[in-house]
Amino acid sequence: MEFFYSVFAGLLQSLRKLGAMILFFVEILRRCPAALLRPRLVSRQVSDSGVSSLVIIMTSGFFVGMVLGLQGYDSLSRLRQENILGAGVALTLLKELGPVVTALLFAGRAGTALASEIGLMRATDQLSAMEVMAVDPIQRIVVPRFLGGLISLPLLTTIFNAVGILGAWFIGVSIKGVNNGEFWSQMQQYVEPGDIWEGVWKSVAFGVAASLIAVYEGYHAPPTAEGVGLATTRTVVTTSITVLILDYLITAFLL
Amino acid sequence: MESTRTRELGTGLFILLGFAALLFLATQTTSLDQYVDQQGYRVTARFSDVSGLKVRSPVTLAGVNIGRVERIEFDNDRLDAIVTLRIRSEFNRIPDDSDAGIVTAGLLGSRYIGIGPGGAETYLEENSEIQITQSAIVLEDIIGRFLFSPTASSGGK
Repeated sequence: MEFFYSVFAGLLQSLRKLGAMILFFVEILRRCPAALLRPRLVSRQVSDSGVSSLVIIMTSGFFVGMVLGLQGYDSLSRLRQENILGAGVALTLLKELGPVVTALLFAGRAGTALASEIGLMRATDQLSAMEVMAVDPIQRIVVPRFLGGLISLPLLTTIFNAVGILGAWFIGVSIKGVNNGEFWSQMQQYVEPGDIWEGVWKSVAFGVAASLIAVYEGYHAPPTAEGVGLATTRTVVTTSITVLILDYLITAFLL
Repeated sequence: MESTRTRELGTGLFILLGFAALLFLATQTTSLDQYVDQQGYRVTARFSDVSGLKVRSPVTLAGVNIGRVERIEFDNDRLDAIVTLRIRSEFNRIPDDSDAGIVTAGLLGSRYIGIGPGGAETYLEENSEIQITQSAIVLEDIIGRFLFSPTASSGGK
């Protein structure tokens, strides 16, 4: 009985948090048009979340692409189908791995930075000070960060995909000796523009989720040192789970 | 001021890089030209079986890609399939008595249309119909015919 009660309480708690997050999202959306009138604030956040994640995204993308090249070559050569390596790698990256891995890396690199920054502003009463000065902290602090993340993630995903395909090409063609023409022509035969769009839509959805969770956790962090730490941890955990669940749902809808 | 400028330059470069990557994906990983290309002329052909053929399957002549399948329709009166091919305009000297067949790339590969050139002096043009066609070969039928053919059993006698 005790056990069921705690499970029920946990479910209720998550449901309450989901509701609070959606209400916060509505608050953000309402202030988006006004925030777009000050594009410099947003572009600064694109720089903070996007440009700073570029190195980790490109490095990871290249290595993920290379390992896909190695593993794909190994599996396909058992079927004597090495020439479709390009198609396999491109479809894997574009439709699935690119958006998901980029979103997870983004949560670790940029999401935590956002959450701890906003959380620290809360803990040091900077947000309250803004309210005293009649500056809306959601408008001034939260919305530009949300939009910055939302713009950055699809761009980062596209870069991840392109670098990953180049990594697989490097391994497949230069090291394993797959024919260069076969690599690209098989890819072009099997990949359709819809596959690229599927990845882009996914990354937009992940961009909304990852940015929203980061700013929500930061904004609602308990104003203590421990609270800020907790907010960054929660950001990574919640974003990872949300991204993986969303990924399944979007894939099930789109296929 | 200097750091602001560097930051803005970095942001601009980042966005440029993102779109360059998208351009790379759009042009290198998928053959966008077959979707953009609306030039060329349309030719129809009737097949009694088009199984495995899809819209956008390639059309080849002598192994060279000269166009794609634009539409596959079903004719309710004659109970066969009308396939509309779009052939690029630079291939405008295909004799109009050429034949079209549905060919498989490899044993189990994807289906495409292979054109075999005829010998006529007049050429295929917009809306002309290819008269001689060879339908898709269904592998199961051939295996079935081979397994259960009367010649196979009479050969044993």
